[in-house]
Amino acid sequence: MISDRAIDRLREAASWPELDARYEITGVAGFGGMGTVYVARDHVLDRDVAVKVLDLADRNGSRARRLQREAHILARLDHPGIVPIHDAGSLEDGRAFYVMKLVRGRRLDDLIRDAVPIATRLTMFDRILDAVAFAHAHGVVHRDLKPENVMVGGFGEVYVMDWGVAQDGSADAEAAVVGTPGFMAPEQELAGDVDPRADVYALGVLLALVSGEDAPASLRAIARKAHAVDASRRYQNVEAMAADLARFRNQDPVEAYQESAAERAVRLYRRYELPILLIVAYIVMRFVMLVWRGV
Amino acid sequence: MSFPATRLSVVERTRSGDEETRRVALAAIIDAYWKPAYKYLRLKWSLDADAAADLTQEFFTSALEKEVVEKYDPARARFRTYLRLCLDGFASNARKAERRLKRGGGVDVVSLDFETAEGEMATHEPAVAADVDEMFYREWVRALLERSVADLEDYAAELGRPEMFEVFARYDLADEGEARPTYTAIAAALNLTTATVTNHLAAMRRQFRKIVLERLRDLTSSDEEWEAEAAKLLGARR
Repeated sequence: MISDRAIDRLREAASWPELDARYEITGVAGFGGMGTVYVARDHVLDRDVAVKVLDLADRNGSRARRLQREAHILARLDHPGIVPIHDAGSLEDGRAFYVMKLVRGRRLDDLIRDAVPIATRLTMFDRILDAVAFAHAHGVVHRDLKPENVMVGGFGEVYVMDWGVAQDGSADAEAAVVGTPGFMAPEQELAGDVDPRADVYALGVLLALVSGEDAPASLRAIARKAHAVDASRRYQNVEAMAADLARFRNQDPVEAYQESAAERAVRLYRRYELPILLIVAYIVMRFVMLVWRGV
Repeated sequence: MSFPATRLSVVERTRSGDEETRRVALAAIIDAYWKPAYKYLRLKWSLDADAAADLTQEFFTSALEKEVVEKYDPARARFRTYLRLCLDGFASNARKAERRLKRGGGVDVVSLDFETAEGEMATHEPAVAADVDEMFYREWVRALLERSVADLEDYAAELGRPEMFEVFARYDLADEGEARPTYTAIAAALNLTTATVTNHLAAMRRQFRKIVLERLRDLTSSDEEWEAEAAKLLGARR
């Protein structure tokens, strides 16, 4: 009888991809809906890379086409927030694969469990917006934005990952309903074909998660506006959302929120805290001098 | 090749009008399932070794006589799940009837080596009862892989290259507790170069994957079921 250990090794032996001599698989980095991401050593350039491989070659080739399409999308989207692709092909057993940069870091869902300052969280979120806006400008809608699909590298660099169900306008783009419940815009749950506002919706949910429950009302309002049920009531593009978020960070009034007089006073105080304090200090000093002279 | 060529699986062949085809197909199913079934009865139903052996024999006799296998509806469950549910129903009925389990004796298509199965259990008993369902799956996988390894050995022998299988066995069949040997150690032991070892290993693994997928296709009733089982067996997310 073969041992339990041998069963695991045999399953691994039958599933780990046999690439050419250039790439040697050394471990598993993560899992996707239709494949596995392995860590491999690139012996030519002497560096570690990530290799995404289909778990199975399918009968009609639809999975292979989807992976190849993802590879082409990555190749098109040359942006610091989108993982660069190095190579693509098919294994002898028919499974499609592509080779990309190995991102060493943490997934956003893991990272936001830590006590990360809100300013750092918003900086990371800005980078996500930047990458998604770039994709939209190139006709690509991600359709599955969620914390699990964002990696944050050791230097704070942010990568939007897993473009496997992205819609890029090509004829063989996934027409079925795809995405993750909770992050999918209502219109996305009904039809596979969506516009960039579906990503705006997911970004709204993502912003609510990233900013946390104690976020200021105006920040929560930005998240709320972004994931409005009615697409026409959302920000109409990622740039508009980014602009409102920039206003929040600059302590300017945001489009998504009608502030009260008190909130406006607090915001202005925070924004002009130093000049206000200097003026107050000057007035107090003058008053003290007047009193002193009077004495 | 990764997707087995379309052909009737053993599950499908159990519906054959030809008696011999049907008998061979049922024998293949019993061969793949009797050991998981026996261990499952021992653990899930807390039967002693003799009672579990009797019930296993009787279950597969019943599978032949009452055409349990032929009644399988692929639209409702995977074959593996269906057979386990049938086994549960069978054991439940046996218990309700409070009848003494008599020797089945009718299964002469394959010989069932219960003594070996019992010995295996001594070293691989699940720690808790909740693991029993997973144990059924794991035993099924063990049976599948054991036969696939045997096929691979035959393949290498037919090629006249038994050393290819030897490399595979030393690297991928290292036993419990054994550290995996290095390519260099295997090369030295078999008087090969390290490059030859890695080439043999790659070739054997490719062939092994092919054999496993073909055997799996044989034990499933449809391409969809095959894909689901293959993803569970070989997908890295297990």
